[in-house]
Order: sequence, then C-alpha cells, then structure tokens
Amino acid sequence: MHRSPVRRLAGALHRRPGLRLSALLSAPMAWLVLAYLGSLGVLLMSAFWTTNDFTSQVEYVWNTDNFASVISDPVYRTVALRTLGIAVGVTVVDAGLALPMAFYMARVARPGSRRLLLVAVTAPLWAGYLVKAYAWWVMLSHGGVLDWLGGTPGFGVPAVVITLSYLWLPYMVLPLYAAFAALPDSLLTASADLGARPWRTFRSVILPLAKPALLAGSIFTFSLSLGDYLTVQIVGGTTQMLGNVIASDVTLNLPMAAAVSCVPVLLIVGYLLAVRRTGALENL
Amino acid sequence: MLATVRLHNPRPEDRAGVHGPIEIELPSFLGMHDVMTNTDAAVSLKGVGKSFGAVRAVDGVDLDIRPGEFFSMLGPSGSGKTTVLRLIAGFDEPSEGRVLLSGQDVTRLAPFDRDVNTVFQDYALFPHLSVRQNVEYGLRVKRVPKAERRERAERALATVRLEGLADRRPAALSGGQRQRVALARALVNRPSVLLLDEPLGALDLKLRLEMQLELKQIQREARITFVFVTHDQDEALTMSDRIAVFNAGRIEQVGTPAEVYERPATPFVAGFVGTANLLAGDAAAAVLGTAGRHAVRPERIRLLAPDDPVAPDEVAAPGRIADIVYAGAQTRFLVDLEAGGRFTAVRHSRDEEREFGSGSGVVLAWRRTHTIALNDD
Repeated sequence: MHRSPVRRLAGALHRRPGLRLSALLSAPMAWLVLAYLGSLGVLLMSAFWTTNDFTSQVEYVWNTDNFASVISDPVYRTVALRTLGIAVGVTVVDAGLALPMAFYMARVARPGSRRLLLVAVTAPLWAGYLVKAYAWWVMLSHGGVLDWLGGTPGFGVPAVVITLSYLWLPYMVLPLYAAFAALPDSLLTASADLGARPWRTFRSVILPLAKPALLAGSIFTFSLSLGDYLTVQIVGGTTQMLGNVIASDVTLNLPMAAAVSCVPVLLIVGYLLAVRRTGALENL
Repeated sequence: MLATVRLHNPRPEDRAGVHGPIEIELPSFLGMHDVMTNTDAAVSLKGVGKSFGAVRAVDGVDLDIRPGEFFSMLGPSGSGKTTVLRLIAGFDEPSEGRVLLSGQDVTRLAPFDRDVNTVFQDYALFPHLSVRQNVEYGLRVKRVPKAERRERAERALATVRLEGLADRRPAALSGGQRQRVALARALVNRPSVLLLDEPLGALDLKLRLEMQLELKQIQREARITFVFVTHDQDEALTMSDRIAVFNAGRIEQVGTPAEVYERPATPFVAGFVGTANLLAGDAAAAVLGTAGRHAVRPERIRLLAPDDPVAPDEVAAPGRIADIVYAGAQTRFLVDLEAGGRFTAVRHSRDEEREFGSGSGVVLAWRRTHTIALNDD
C-alpha cells in the first residue's frame, strides 16, 4: 500500500509522543529562551559592567558599584518608592472602578447593553497610547475640562495615577467581567436564602470567588504601571518614575540603567510571589 | 375580653423545656380569625399566579401546607412546581396573589427576610468554603456566637452523617455527600419550612432510594415542614404526607399518596401518578355499561384465559395480547381490547400461573370498585 510522505511522518510522530511534543514546542521555547530570557540575562549581566565617565563607553569590568549606588543613593530610593506608590495607587483605583463596572456588565445589564458596554471598555485599547495620554494632558491642563468642571489636580503624581488608571482599566475590567459572568446564579440565590443581604453576599461570596480575577487584573495594572515612563513625562510635570531614570541612563550609562531596571523586575517578582502565596494563581 | 389560643410549636429544641402546647392569652382586638390562620398553615398560597413575559408559569394556585407536613409538589417539567417553590422562598415575586408563611403575608418580603431555607437542585454549595463553613454560613450571617455556631454545625453534620468531612471543600465530595451538605446547610438554621428542589435528581438510583428514607426520617425527627419538589412519582408517593399534582401551571389534585393514586381526580393525575389504563366513550360504554372517562390500574387487572370464570363483582373485557414485556419481578402484558384501546396488565413473575403467548386471546377482569371515575379536564 502506498502512503504519502506526510502520512508516514504523521504516523511516525503518532508513535513517538515525545518527539511530537518537542516539534510542537521548539519554536515557542526557542523564542522564550533566546529572545526573552536571553535578553533579561544580558540585561542582568550588563548591570555588572561599568561606563567610562569621559567617553560613555561601556567597559566590561565586573563590579557591583551600580547596585551599590542604586541602594545607597537616596534619589534612586525616592524614585523607586514613588513608582511603587503610583503602581499600588493605580491598582487600587482600577480595582475600585472595575469591580462595580464588571459586576454591572456581567450580572445586571441586559444582553444588548452588555455587548455595548464590553465594546466601550475595550474600544480605548484600539486607540494609540500617546493619543490617550495627551487627551488626559488636555483634560488635566489649566483651562481644560477638569478645570472647568471644578478643579484639576494639575500635573504631578495624582495626574499620573489618574491617567495610568484610565490606561490600564480594561485589563482589570475584563478578567473581573469573565469571573462575574461565570458565577452561578444559584450561589447568589443560596446566599440570600441563608439570610444574607446583598452587601453580605458581595463580601462573602462574590468577592472571594472573584479574587483570582482581581489578582490577575492587578498583576497587569501593577506591572504596567511600574514600567511606564511616557505618561509620567506627559502629565507628570517634574515627577520622575523608575522608567524615566532608566530611559535617561540608557544612552549615557547603560550598565547603570540595567541596574536600575532590576528594581521593577524585583518588585514584580516579589508581587507575583505574594500573589502566589494566596493560592489564587492555581485557580486562574 | 381575653381569648385563649393554643399554639403548637413544631421545633424540637424548644419542646425540651415546654411539654404540650403553649397557652397564650391574647386581647380580643387582635381578632380570632388572624390567630387561627397562624396555627393553620405553615405555607399558604392564595390565588398565586406568575407570568414570565407571555409565558404563564403558575396560574391561580391555592394551597395550604400544614405545619410539620412532608408535602410534595409533583409534576412534569414546566408544570410550574419549581416556580411555586421559588415564590415561597422569595426568589421570584408572584404576578398576582399572596404568599403567607405561618399566617404572615410575605409576598413582598425578600428571601433573606423569610424563615425558610432551600436545598437547591444543583446544591449551590460555596466552592471557596469548607463543608463546615458552608454549613455555618447562615448562622454566621445571623451573627450566632461562634461556640453555638460550631455546635449546631456539628449536630447538623451528624444528622446527615458527614462528621468526618467538615474540613473538606465541596469539590472533594461525591454527589451524595454534596447533597447531604446542602441539606445540613439548610437544616442548621432550623427554618419553619424547608424547601427542597428536586434534591435527589442528580443521584443514582440506589443512593436516591437510600436518601428518600433518610430524608423522611430527618423530617420526622426535626419536625420541620418539608416542601419537596419532584417529577418522580415514586419519590412523591414514598415520602409524602400529601401530594399536590401540578400540570400546566395549575394544581390538578391535592391529597395523600393513597388518595392521589387510588382516586385520581383527573385523567392527567391518573396517567402521571403511576400507570393507568384509560377507558372513555364507546369503549367505556361497551365494557362498563356507562360512558365517561374511567381509569384502571394495571396491578388491579387479572389476566384470564377466555374460558376462565369471572367473579360476579368483576368487569370483564376480552382482548388479544399484543406484546409481553418481561421486567424482572413482574411481567407487563399489553392487550388490545375488543372494545378498542390498549390496556396494560401486570403480573408478578410466578411459576404456578399459566403462560400466555403473544397473540393469544385473553380476558381482562377487575373489580367494579377498582374502576376509577375521572372528572373531565
């Protein structure tokens, strides 16, 4: 019986599941290891190099001076803490906005308006980042919409939190929406049946069951805020975040920039470990 | 002027200290009539109807469920029985009519303000809480102190024989165990009425039969009014003190299992509860001598050879066996009557009786008193 080469190959792969798996995964694994983890490794390595003060040339001399100055220099510490505070603030604001929004969309709104709201939440994702940041610049500026409505916080940390919260809100709303939509009606009915008023049901049933989604959304809002450096340039006034420090160091002192960028990486790893401890990641 | 009212308290823990009914003196301006309704019905539905858009789910239901009664609402799916349960629990509001619990009008009361608890068809256990936390949920909501909460939860879990599993999550339990947790979670609140929405539907047959007996026993011991929704007529007949048979949003008949089975009021009840052979029109006139709708239960029918004697108080209907269905403990004979129509007769599988073959002529005989006259629909 004649069999085409493709069929023979398929047959051979069918008999060797290990080979099949490696053929399937080799391309993405190569990408992950070489491009992603590799570049992170190079970044970490370059943080141990140094820069010639006069020529700004990278010198491949191993030392830990960069990390020492990141830790000891009060400027770096202030910027790091401010960045952390902004990331936490954005996460809290987004959680506060997204919980009622997602709940309304998933469980209260009629199917027609639900679709409309989903589009409304996701539509800003299609617009350019800079367009949205500058839109907030316009709204926050003196004589802008907020000023006209009663007062603008001006350009600074509050403006950065507001703008970043707006930018990352969909990443919080969507996982929460999915979680609320998957919540069985009978659980809410059962809670009411057992004597719980709506607020109690929200605290004791809805919120705990939405926690994995809340944490998933917070990973987005937290890490995206930590790494941001454009919004703060547009609406931050003179405020600096870690991203700005890194961006300005990249051209003049690459090893120093690499050392500074280890700070948000460590913060995010720390946050992920904290989230993992809650056990929420297993339920994702 | 004072009137003396005897109140019957159905809760076992309260009976420990007080023996017999409690006598309370009430001023007459309260009106004896109101007080009487208090003691009469645990659940009372007065002209209750419910429409979902154009669909009429429940249509003019009047019902009184007595305190301490095991009451079943039996009907096919879509007959409105579950909707009635949800109206009693307060998950839905009736389109018209009133719902009373122990004489108190709760029609507009939210579920969390009603003294009823529900065992849901899908159990609706909270997946993020342990078995114990699930059972304690209602008590925690009502701010029962921790020690008492613990103790009552332990007792409820013991009642459903789940003591060892208190720290498990629902996901780690079997279907039967989840069903028991749902029951304990409702019972622990000592509601005046427990609503059960097809609670045994998801269990396999053996477990279901076991749980039927157990539920009945728990109900007898806890002395709580059970309102039990089912589409399974065996279940309703086995467990209930009284049954309401639902069809198309209306109640066809309310009665004890024996009444519903032996004296079905309508052709629907006759056909839905148990198997019934229906005789109507010309066939009824030919066999019984009267027209109108009649029913005969298969197990009442004797299967005779054409030349066998028929007792004087018996009705005889000759026919031909169309099919024989062997079903273990019994054998079903499908017989085409000469008068028209097909009857089912049942015979216990015993050796000594003579064998009939498919296609052979037979006479079906039953006592006149076993002919059930049905109301017209």
